[in-house]
Amino acid sequence: MDNRPLSPHLTVYKPQITSVLSIFHRITGAGLSVGTVLVVLWLASVAAGENAFNNFNNFLDNPLILLILLASLWALWYHFCTGLRHLYWDMGYGYNLRSVAISGWVAVAGSFLLTLLTILFLVS
Amino acid sequence: MVELRLPKNSRVTEGITWEKPSDAENVQEVRIYRYNPEDSENPRLDTFFVDLDKCGPMILDALIKIKNEIDPTLTFRRSCREGICGSCSMNIGGVNTLACLKGMKEFKGPINIYPLPHLPVIKDLVPDLNQFYKQHASIKPWLETSTDEPNEEWLQSEADRKQLDGLYECVMCACCSTSCPSYWWNGDKYLGPAALLHAYRWIIDSRDQDRKARLDDLNDSFKLYRCHTIMNCAKACPKGLNPAKAIAEIKKLQLQNS
Repeated sequence: MDNRPLSPHLTVYKPQITSVLSIFHRITGAGLSVGTVLVVLWLASVAAGENAFNNFNNFLDNPLILLILLASLWALWYHFCTGLRHLYWDMGYGYNLRSVAISGWVAVAGSFLLTLLTILFLVS
Repeated sequence: MVELRLPKNSRVTEGITWEKPSDAENVQEVRIYRYNPEDSENPRLDTFFVDLDKCGPMILDALIKIKNEIDPTLTFRRSCREGICGSCSMNIGGVNTLACLKGMKEFKGPINIYPLPHLPVIKDLVPDLNQFYKQHASIKPWLETSTDEPNEEWLQSEADRKQLDGLYECVMCACCSTSCPSYWWNGDKYLGPAALLHAYRWIIDSRDQDRKARLDDLNDSFKLYRCHTIMNCAKACPKGLNPAKAIAEIKKLQLQNS
């Protein structure tokens, strides 16, 4: 009896738009709390004086860090969009499967669009 | 607890490839999870070939044909073959559904069939649903009343009866609960979509007189609030019901109740 195997779950369940967007909401949420540390360090370097600030800016100015910042930017907007979706759900709306799919894709598209707009805003 | 890998005794090994029907033109490959409690082997994935020209259109027809003609030891639950009993729920092509309602033509290529996910397996496609049934019983799926019994029956207006549409149709197949990642990781403490849908069905029944106690009982960070609105449940339900919506309504009622 105790030796009964556990039936396969994550590895056999076909990725659903519902669960995939949900896990990314979590991952981006957790990731952002790490990304925030970078921002805090940056602010701390400002407080620590010109030298520290310059050093930190140099540190930020490498492709890997820029990539992390870019990913954080997208994560922020993604978490924002899917977060709005959650608020909407919590009010009791948008539960039929069609709405779920539409709001899901809108959130994904929105996250990329907002990321792009932010970048354009930053470089202009 | 989140456990991505299966325990050692549960990892699926390669199984037997059963013979192809020799004279068939229209053959469907079906891979089925097998586990025999009477040997000490790990579960395995067997490959069968079904002659579609001599088989009914549904997955359940294929399973019955395999059991009748290829391997009589293949074990699965079935009864009504029309989506009313909820017995033949399983994971077909990666999604939980009823074998009797799923057509084979909906698939291209081999069809993989597993038992409902993240449950102890008794044999082949038959999982142990005891915990699932206990959770259903725990929400008191019956009318709770304190006033005197009426002479004939507990009456309900047509409008009040309508409130139960989309809830009473649940056949307890467990497709929803076992599609829910939150239920996979916390199935011992989180009630899961099916039990919560039933809970809501009794909470909003106009004849029930125990609403506050029902809501108080569910007001628990695990029982109710492990639902993170992932919504695999609504996506999986072969009856087209929406447990996620029912759970959201319970959460809203909790705000009024407190």
